[in-house]
Order: sequence, then C-alpha cells, then structure tokens
Amino acid sequence: MKKLINAPDAVVREALEGMEAAHGDLIRVSYDPAYVVRADAPVQGKVGIVSGGGSGHEPMHGGFVGRGMLDAACPGEVFTSPTPDQMLAATKAVDGGAGVLHIVKNYTGDVMNFDMAADLAQGEDVQVEAVVTNDDVAVEDSLYTAGRRGVGITVIAEKICGAAAEEGKSLAEVAEICRRVNGQGRSMGMALTPCITPASGEPSFELGDDEVEIGIGIHGEPGRFREPLAPAAHVVERLSTAIVEDLPYQSGDQVLAFVNGMGGTPLVELYIVYRELDRFLQARGITIARNLVGDYITSLEMAGCSITLLKLDDELTRLWDAPVHTPALRWGA
Amino acid sequence: MGRVTSEQVRDWLRRYADAIAEHRVELVRLDTAIGDGDHGTNMDRGMRKAIEKLDGSAPGDIGADLKAVGMALVSSVGGAAGPLYGTLFLQMGSAAAGKDELDLDGWAAAVEAGVKGLQARGKAEAGDKTMVDALLPALEALRQGGELGEALRRSADAAEAGMKATIELEARKGRASYLGPRSVGHQDPGATSSYLLLRTAADALA
Repeated sequence: MKKLINAPDAVVREALEGMEAAHGDLIRVSYDPAYVVRADAPVQGKVGIVSGGGSGHEPMHGGFVGRGMLDAACPGEVFTSPTPDQMLAATKAVDGGAGVLHIVKNYTGDVMNFDMAADLAQGEDVQVEAVVTNDDVAVEDSLYTAGRRGVGITVIAEKICGAAAEEGKSLAEVAEICRRVNGQGRSMGMALTPCITPASGEPSFELGDDEVEIGIGIHGEPGRFREPLAPAAHVVERLSTAIVEDLPYQSGDQVLAFVNGMGGTPLVELYIVYRELDRFLQARGITIARNLVGDYITSLEMAGCSITLLKLDDELTRLWDAPVHTPALRWGA
Repeated sequence: MGRVTSEQVRDWLRRYADAIAEHRVELVRLDTAIGDGDHGTNMDRGMRKAIEKLDGSAPGDIGADLKAVGMALVSSVGGAAGPLYGTLFLQMGSAAAGKDELDLDGWAAAVEAGVKGLQARGKAEAGDKTMVDALLPALEALRQGGELGEALRRSADAAEAGMKATIELEARKGRASYLGPRSVGHQDPGATSSYLLLRTAADALA
C-alpha cells in the first residue's frame, strides 16, 4: 500500500487541519469532538443543515460547508460513521433558533448514531428533523436488507436544502424539499478497482484485472453483479437503464445529471461517461437541464464512477442555481 | 452460589479489551469479507478509551463502570458497533446501578437489559446474522440458573455456538445484507466480538 500520509491513525485529524488552513475564510474546525462548521455559524433565524458520515468520501461532507449549503459536517473515521457527541455539538453550534435538519445517508451506523444525536438534541431543546437519503438502485429495498444506500443524491440534497434554508424556509419546509429531492433522485455506481483504507492496508474487495463491479457502494460494498470490462458506452447503459427504469423517468422529463468520480478515475474518463449519458437520455426524450461532473462523493482511490439523476421542477432548479460558496462547490458567489 | 464483584467486573472489562486487541486483525478480516473492514479497529479504539476512563475512577459501583464503558464506546467507536455496544453497556449499567456485587439473577437481569436495549436500537432478530445471534443464546443459558461459574461457562459456550451458526446464515441487517446470498459462508464479525464478551465474562467472573 502506498499512501501520501504521515500515520494511518492521524489521517482524519491532519486532513481537517489542512482544510482549516486552506479555507479558514469559509469554515472553522472543532477537533474534540470533530466537526466542520460555517465560519459565521450560527446564522440567526436560519434553519441549520448538518450532515456527516465516514471520512474517505471527500469532498463530501466537509467540503460542502459554507453559505448556501451545509452549516456543519461531522467526519467519522475513514468509512466509519461519526458519533452522537460530534453530531450533538455540531447541531448546537449551528442552531440559530429555527431548528436543524440532519441529512443522513442510509447506512446502519449513520442512521443509528444520528438517531441517538437527535434524541440528545431534543433533550436540550433543539428542534431536529432528520431525512435519510436512499437513492442507490443497486440495492434491492426489502425487509431483508438494510435498505437502499444513500449516495450521490446526498450531494444534491445538501446543495438544494442549503439554498432553501438561505431563503428563510422553515424546518418543515426544508425537510419536505429534502424528501422530495431524495424521492425524485436515483443513482448507481460501478468500480474498476477496489480501494484501500489507511487503517487496514488491504483492498476492500478483490476484483480481477479484466472485471468491473456494477452497483458498487461507496465503501467498496459489492453491487449487483460483476462482468468483464467493457467500453464506457456499455457501462453507462447498464447504470442508466437501471436508474431510469426505477423511478421511472419519462420522455419530456428535465433532469439534473450528476456524473461522479469515485476518486481514482480521471476527469477525461468522466466526460466520456457524460457523453454516453447525454446520448442515452436524449434517445429517451429526457433533457439534461443541469449537470455536475467531477469527484464529489468518492471512495478513497477507487477507480469508477456513479451516475445520479434528479427529476427537476421549477423550484428545485431555482434552488440548484442559487449562490453557493463552499470549499468544493462554488457558483454565483 | 457465587457472586460477581465490582473488581471482577473491571477485570472482565480489561480482559475484553485485551481480547479485542488480540483479535483485532481477525475481526477486520471477518468484516472485510462481508462488511466494511473496520470492526476490529473501531472496537479496539473504543475499548482502549473505555479502560482509560475506568483507570481514572474509583471502583465499587458496577453500574457506574458499565455506563462509563458505554459512553466511551458511543463517543469513540462510530459505525453501527458504537451505538449497539454502547447501548448494551449503558442498559446493563442502568440495571446494575449502585451495586457493588451481583448474584447470578442480578447478572442475568443486567445482561438481559443490555441485549433488549441493543435490539431496540438495532432492530435485529435472531437469525439476522448479527451480534444478537451470539447474545440471545448466551442470555438464555444464563437464565437456566444453577451455579454462577457453571452458568457463565454455559453462556460462553452458547455464544460460541451462536457465533459459529452465523456462518450459514444470510445477513438481513447492516452492510452485510447488501450481499444477500453472498453473505453465506462467512462468520459475522459482530457475533464474534459478542462471543469474546461472553467468553471473557466466563474467564473473569466465574
């Protein structure tokens, strides 16, 4: 294993120190308990937006803290949910009197820890609502699984909810918008290579040189199936077909198309994926009205990509276009 | 009939921390097969924090010690194991609050409170391929009564059998559930760390 680190058990803290040094104008960092918070938090009268999850998915979530997106993010150890004491401290730090929305990706640990944190916050008279994202169509949603994983739609939900909160919407309204984004969004990912966590030093799974895993999770959890490496057009068709059939998306729909890199795939390949996705959707009469291409919800150095589609309406489009100023996402500001 | 003293409970917690450290790599390996490969690392970090906390306080109150361990786990383990083991110890601590020793019934009642709390948090049933598959048979064995040491050993044996039985189960909770049938053939890492909890209890308390 070759990694550009000092010590495996210092990875999260040292990365936070680097972020704070680089973006001190936008964010502040608390180290014990660990959370990243908007430099001007709490914003009085505004709903606070808090998310969090294991580290290793950068820029999610810490890179999305700032005006027009998250008020705070709680980083866990690599691929490990953060803990309730972090979430409680972050929630209190961003409560401007209008309540706090927790955006939680559907993983067993994240959901349980945020549950405990919400209980603790209510006990301290902070109003909390939680919305769990679960957009990954690779997972069969049934009583016999932990349910669909929260993946790419989380980034979009954080942006759109951040804008809704900036507009002065109430906690109930922002939570409703978050549920709408999650309900109208679907994702699926794939991997060309596994990733290696700094603590274990071992690949997260074995994948042959000539194989790809379709439906991969963002921690290297396996997906629907493996198949031989094929051209990008074939891979995109696999992912996109599963996505558009699931909602289902229809001819005439306007969508936000998000092509996300898993961390180890160059942008030149992501644009090839975007080209194929654009053609695939055009052939079905679906229009890409907005897009995002790049590494936003990664899995360390895993090579691969995910595709997320969100069915847009006028309000969601307006909120997506609203100004945002964070370390990793910035426009209009 | 035998009693569990507060000193023995501390000895148990230290032995458990040692067992987790000793089996850290094995737990990571089991978790890499069907989860996300961090169970051993996270539990090791959490139990070291828990022991640090105990070392800084005076012994005597079994409930207070168990609660201190629970809080340390909740705030340092993360993942699913943090809230689950944290809740287990917190609920055990509530059941044993203010006690400096417990008889078998008192011990079994504490374990039962812990397992119930854990099930309420994680919503797992027997057969879901989780910690519960080691803990429930162990609790049942404790409930059969008899001599304390014998009951504790029977309980550890039942946990071991429950842990081994998870190999053939298909996971229905947690990240392993994403694997579906592919989770069969692998021993559950949570059931394994739970077995170590019961085995060290038999070693320290019997």
